[in-house]
Amino acid sequence: MSATEPKPLPSTVVRDDEARLVSAAKAGDITAFEELVNRYERKIFRLGMNITQNREDAEDVMQEAFLKSYTNLDRFQGDSRFYTWLVRIAVNEALMKLRKRRPNQFSLDEPLTDGEDPVFREIEDWGPSPEQKFAQTELNEILNGVISELDPIFRVAFLLRDVEGVSTEETAQILGISEAAVKSRLLRARLKLRQKLNKYFRRSEAQ
Amino acid sequence: MNCKKVILELTSYLDGVLDSNMRADLEQHLSRCTDCRLVVDTTRKTIQIFCNSEPVPLPEDIRKRLHTALLERFRRNAKTT
Repeated sequence: MSATEPKPLPSTVVRDDEARLVSAAKAGDITAFEELVNRYERKIFRLGMNITQNREDAEDVMQEAFLKSYTNLDRFQGDSRFYTWLVRIAVNEALMKLRKRRPNQFSLDEPLTDGEDPVFREIEDWGPSPEQKFAQTELNEILNGVISELDPIFRVAFLLRDVEGVSTEETAQILGISEAAVKSRLLRARLKLRQKLNKYFRRSEAQ
Repeated sequence: MNCKKVILELTSYLDGVLDSNMRADLEQHLSRCTDCRLVVDTTRKTIQIFCNSEPVPLPEDIRKRLHTALLERFRRNAKTT
């Protein structure tokens, strides 16, 4: 069988010296805080863009996340990573934007079923490295396109868990839902994205 | 284990948090069910592709406004402390 050994998926954000920079920033070292900003600004902007799907909103989200994290740095206890704390602030800001922009369309409590069953459709082999069929810019456009089609409740769960590497427990806390609900949303998000990506990555398209 | 159960356990399996008995059952099913195997493989690749994607470049004007706002906050903070 071709099923490979399951491994924890890599987090792309782990840095060993983050705690040192946070301590220095707490002690008033502005350069240390700027280093944290330089390190995470692109990721927080991407997160804002992915959730709000709007450049101006993403800019506001990023600014507020960094300004609030700086202002409240003395309240950061260090029981999670600084990056996770920053993501939590950014997600809250982004969700507020969504609610404000689309008060009748967006709810984190809406039912999970949408009448679609994304599981056993579009079942085709993609080959070993399907993303290599595309240049980086084209690949980014594809990924942005398919993720924007997801309902926000699925999109946010997927972004936090699989793109930002936030744990299930922390994702549940950020979204104010149970861990079981996070897992359920994550499953549907992953399956829907798999189905949407199939038309780009299936092996027959590579010929 | 049947196909429906495989899908229900898919997230735990891909995250490596499924207990060993359940994992063995699931992998036994995968060894004989091509559809489930393809769903598992392509879902794993979906996650990896997103996980490995590069953040979009931060537009320079947006970055500049962020750092101007931060500088202003640093200054204000320095005055009050």
